[in-house]
Amino acid sequence: MPHDHSDHPHALLPPEPALRVKALETILTRKGLIDPAALDEIIDTYQNKIGPQNGARVVAKAWSDPAFKAALLEDATPVVAELGYYGRQGEHMVVVENTPEQHNMVVCTLCSCYPWPLLGIPPGWYKSDAYRARAVREPRRVLAEFGVTLAEDTAVRVWDSTAEIRYLVLPMRPEGTEGLGEEDLAALVTRDSMIGTGLPKEAS
Amino acid sequence: MSNCITATAPEPVFLEPWHAQVFAVTVALNEAGRFDWPDWADRFSNTLKRNGLNKELDGGDDYFHAWLETLEALLAEQGDAGQDEVTLLQGAWEKAYLTTPHGKPVRLP
Repeated sequence: MPHDHSDHPHALLPPEPALRVKALETILTRKGLIDPAALDEIIDTYQNKIGPQNGARVVAKAWSDPAFKAALLEDATPVVAELGYYGRQGEHMVVVENTPEQHNMVVCTLCSCYPWPLLGIPPGWYKSDAYRARAVREPRRVLAEFGVTLAEDTAVRVWDSTAEIRYLVLPMRPEGTEGLGEEDLAALVTRDSMIGTGLPKEAS
Repeated sequence: MSNCITATAPEPVFLEPWHAQVFAVTVALNEAGRFDWPDWADRFSNTLKRNGLNKELDGGDDYFHAWLETLEALLAEQGDAGQDEVTLLQGAWEKAYLTTPHGKPVRLP
């Protein structure tokens, strides 16, 4: 790591795209179109406040409250908005429920299909061409790579998320969780279980 | 949840600092009403589609390169940041990094 030497003559040059972004920031700040302080706040929000913990609360509530679940499956967007999860890419939500008969999995490679207010910024693999292509072609093998093995007679349905319809998987409530409250249930819900590439954690 | 011993290390939301910066600039401009989000998403999707014709996109760096490309084109089109201006400032930043002693904050002159 030659750049770690304190006697290095100059500051470490960031990669080319980083310099292009800095150029944009400078131009837009000088024109008063953006405020550099607001940028840090946006990054903090998306790094720490908006993420799969939001979706997990929705799932836990659906597991606990049959009326809420029915409303969620009927028309998810206003139901989750009422919990405060709305905004950029939070519209046109459809919740698909896993059952013993059918496991649901969501794919998409274009940008606008991921429900940010519920799941945050998508992971790299979700945005890769390879994931989408393989999930459509060989979903069971992709699931196996994620460590998910389904019963032989469980069908796998792959949903193609778009800007017009953004899917969220409602995983099955793990067994042995009858006594748990919503907060403890939410802790079992992983991001991948809401994309359909994982299952909720077992109750400990 | 995060201190569960079976949990793997959480993946960072942004892999590179500039991914976070270009994301934040875009969201800030949207919040300021410079463009609406469906329009942005549409343009970005088209860039991804175009870039994906020649190679398999990895969903990481490729994704944010496409993001930056889309933002630059949009800002040039709107007259908010022309290509010449960007090139000029990019050069100025590069020079600033190369002439600022290590450990000192890098600023434009």
